[in-house]
Amino acid sequence: MAVDAGFLNLNLLALSPPGWGGVLLEGFAASLQLAVGGFTLGLMIGIAGAFGKLYGGPILRDLLEVYTTVIRAVPELVLILLLYYAGTDAVNALLGLVGLPRVDISGLAAGIFVIGVVQGAYQTEVLRGAIKAVPPGQIEAARAYGMSPLKTLRRITLPAMLPYAIPGLSNLWLIATKDTALLAVVGFSELTLVTRQAAGSTKAYMLFFCAAGLMYLTLTLVSNRVIAIIEKRARRGIAGPV
Amino acid sequence: MSETKVTMPAYVPPPPRRLLEPHRIFLIAVFGVIVFCAIYFMRWDWLPKYQTRLLYGIGETLFLLFSTAAVGFLLALPIGLVQVTGPWPLAALARGFCTLIRGTPLLLQLWLLYYGLGSVFAQYPEIRQSMFWPYLRDAWPYGFTALMLSFAAYEGEVMRGAFAGVPRGELEAARAFGMNRFTMFRRIWLPRAFYRALPTLSGETVLQLKSTPLVATITVVDAYAVITRVRQDTFLVYEPLLLLALIYMCLTGILVLLFRYLESRIPSRGA
Amino acid sequence: MKHMIKAAFVATAVSVAAISGAQAQDVKVGVAAEPYPPFTSPDASGNWVGWEIEFMEAICAEAKLNCVITPVAWDGIIPALTSGKIDMIVGSMSITEERLKTIDFSDKYYNTPTSIIGAKGDDFEATPEGLSGKILGVQVSTIHAAYADKYFAPTADDIKQYQTQDEANQDLAAGRVDAVQADAIALDAFLKSDAGACCEYKGNVADDPAILGAGVGVGLRKGEDELKEKINAAIAAIRANGTYEEFSKEYFDFDIYGG
Repeated sequence: MAVDAGFLNLNLLALSPPGWGGVLLEGFAASLQLAVGGFTLGLMIGIAGAFGKLYGGPILRDLLEVYTTVIRAVPELVLILLLYYAGTDAVNALLGLVGLPRVDISGLAAGIFVIGVVQGAYQTEVLRGAIKAVPPGQIEAARAYGMSPLKTLRRITLPAMLPYAIPGLSNLWLIATKDTALLAVVGFSELTLVTRQAAGSTKAYMLFFCAAGLMYLTLTLVSNRVIAIIEKRARRGIAGPV
Repeated sequence: MSETKVTMPAYVPPPPRRLLEPHRIFLIAVFGVIVFCAIYFMRWDWLPKYQTRLLYGIGETLFLLFSTAAVGFLLALPIGLVQVTGPWPLAALARGFCTLIRGTPLLLQLWLLYYGLGSVFAQYPEIRQSMFWPYLRDAWPYGFTALMLSFAAYEGEVMRGAFAGVPRGELEAARAFGMNRFTMFRRIWLPRAFYRALPTLSGETVLQLKSTPLVATITVVDAYAVITRVRQDTFLVYEPLLLLALIYMCLTGILVLLFRYLESRIPSRGA
Repeated sequence: MKHMIKAAFVATAVSVAAISGAQAQDVKVGVAAEPYPPFTSPDASGNWVGWEIEFMEAICAEAKLNCVITPVAWDGIIPALTSGKIDMIVGSMSITEERLKTIDFSDKYYNTPTSIIGAKGDDFEATPEGLSGKILGVQVSTIHAAYADKYFAPTADDIKQYQTQDEANQDLAAGRVDAVQADAIALDAFLKSDAGACCEYKGNVADDPAILGAGVGVGLRKGEDELKEKINAAIAAIRANGTYEEFSKEYFDFDIYGG
C-alpha cells in the first residue's frame, strides 16, 4: 500500500521539490525563531518579574503572584489559544482607543508573544530563587563601594546569580523548544504543522513524524551540550559539590 | 527601576503577611468587578446546553490523568532503578528512552502513535481481524499510551535521582543485617527513594494534567474537546476558553491541596 | 549605551510603522492550514495550490487587491477573521444562517452536494437508518458536523470530529471510522487517490438548506461592505469573462458553480 511504500521512500525527504525536506527545514527554522524569541522575551519578563516580586510594593507583588500562579496552572494549549486571539485583539483595541489605525501583527510576533508570556511566569520563579541565593554580603559590599542600583544589578547580582539560575533556565529552554509545537494548533507554520501537512499530502505518516522527531531530538541534544559548556564557564570560581 | 533610594537593598525577606491587608481588599474588589463584568456582559447562555457533556469531559480528563500517572509511575520505578544499578544494556536502554521522550514534543509523539502507527496497523488484515481491533481502532488507547510514556520518562528521571540519592550507609547497614537484595530493596531502598521523590510527584502530576488536552487533537473527547465543540457551535472567542482556563485552575488547585494533605499524612522520618 | 538604546527604539518604531504602512493595502486571505485537496493544499515547495487558490488569485487580480495567503487553523478561522488576524476567508466555507450571525459572506462561488463514503464491501445508505450503529467521521466546525449532529447522532454509534478532512479520510482508510461525510468533490478526490482505494461512494445526504447552506462564499467581517462589493463584482466579472471556466477546466470535468 501507499503508506508502506512511503515509509521506505526517503526521496520524500529530499531538500528540493518533490521532496519535502526543504519545507521541513523551513518549519524547523520557524520553530527555532519562535523558541529563541519566546525564551528571550520570557527572560526579560522573568528578570523584571523576579525583581518585582522581591523588591516591589505589595500590590505589584500580589499581581505578579497572580500572573505566575495562573499561567502555571492552566495548560499551555489553552493559554496559546487565548493569547493568540486575545493578544492581537487587545493590541488593536488599545490602538483604537488612542485613535491609531489597526496594525497587522504577524503570526511570528503573536507566537513569540504567547511563548514569552508563558515562559515569563516560569522564569520569574527560577530567577527569584536564584537572586535569593546570592549572598547578601556581596550586594552589601557593592553598596559599600558606592555602586548605583543599576550597576549593582549589572556587575554583581546578575553574574552572581547565574550559576544558580542556569539549571532552571536550561530546563525552560528545552520546554520552550517543545512548546513551539503547540502553535501547530493555531495554524502557525512551524515544524510540527508542516510535518502534518507533508504527512497528510503524501500519506507517509511514519516517515515524516519520525523525521521531525529526529530534528527535535537533535535540537535537544545539541542544546544539552551547549548548556553543559555554559554551566562550566558560569561555575568558574565556585566550589563544586563535595 | 522606580525606586528612589540610592542603593538597592540586599534581599530581606518580607515580614510575614496577613491574608487581608488593605491593598488586598482593594485588589479583591477590583477582581470581583472584573468577574461581575465577565458574567454580566459576556455570553453564557450556552452553558446549560453543554453542562452534561462538559462534566463528562472533565471526568474523562481526570480519568486519563490518574490512570496515566499511576501506570506511568509504576513504569518509572524500573526505569529509574536500572539506570542506577542495572546491567549496562538495560541502563542504556532506559536512558535512551528518557532522552527520546523528553527530547521531542508530546504533540508529535501523539500524532506519531495515532496517525503513524495507526495507519501501519490498518495494513495488516491479521490485526484488523484480531480481538484487539475494537480497542486499537479507538482513540483513547493511543492517548493513554502517549501520556503514560511521557509521565514514565519524566518521573523515571526523578526516580533515578531518588534511588541514587539514598545514602549508601543505609543500604550497607541493611546488608549487614543479613537482608538479601530483594528484602533490602523492598524494605529500605524503595521506601526511602519514594519519600525523596514524593515532593516532585505533585509538580509532575500538575504538568501531566496540563498535557491531557493534547489528546483532543486525536478525537478523544475530554474537557478541552467539549469546549472546542462549544467554540465551533457558538463562534464565541473568549468565553468558552476562559471557562476552560478556570476549570483547569480549579483542578490544579484541588490536586495541589490533595498532595499537600497526602504529604502531611505520610510520616517523613528524616527524609 | 543610553543613546544606543534610544536609537534602537526609534529604529524599531520606524520600521514597525513602515511595515504596517506597507501592509495597510494588503488583504490577508485566510486559508485553512490543513491540506484540503483539490481546493487548497500546500505543495512540496511550501506554496499553496489548488482550485480555490486559483480562484482567489483571479478575484484578487480582478479587484486589484494585493492578496497575501495566511494559513490559519480551520477550527479557529472565524475567530481569526473577527479578531482581525485575517481579512477574508477563502476556505470552502458554506454560507449558512448560523455563520451569518457572526460574519458576512460574498455571493457564492461554488456549490456541491454533500456525500457519504464508506469502506468497500460494507453496504449501507446515506440515511439515518443506513448509518445506525456506525461510526461517522466529519471535520469540526463544518456544515457536515452540524448536519451529522442533527440527523445521524440519534442512530449512529458515534460521530468523531476531526480537525482536518484529511485525517477523517485517513481514519476511514485505517478502519477507525465506518463512514465519512463531506463535500462531494473533496471526497471524490480522495476516492481517486491511492489511499482511497479502500472506499467507495455511498450516496448523497438528503438536503437541508438551513444547515447545508446555499453554496460556498468568501467569508468577510461584518460591516466591510466596500470589500464585499469589490469581491462580488470580481466574482461576477470572472464568471462573465470566462476566467472562472478556464481554470476550473483544469480541475473538474463538470460545472462546479452549480445551479
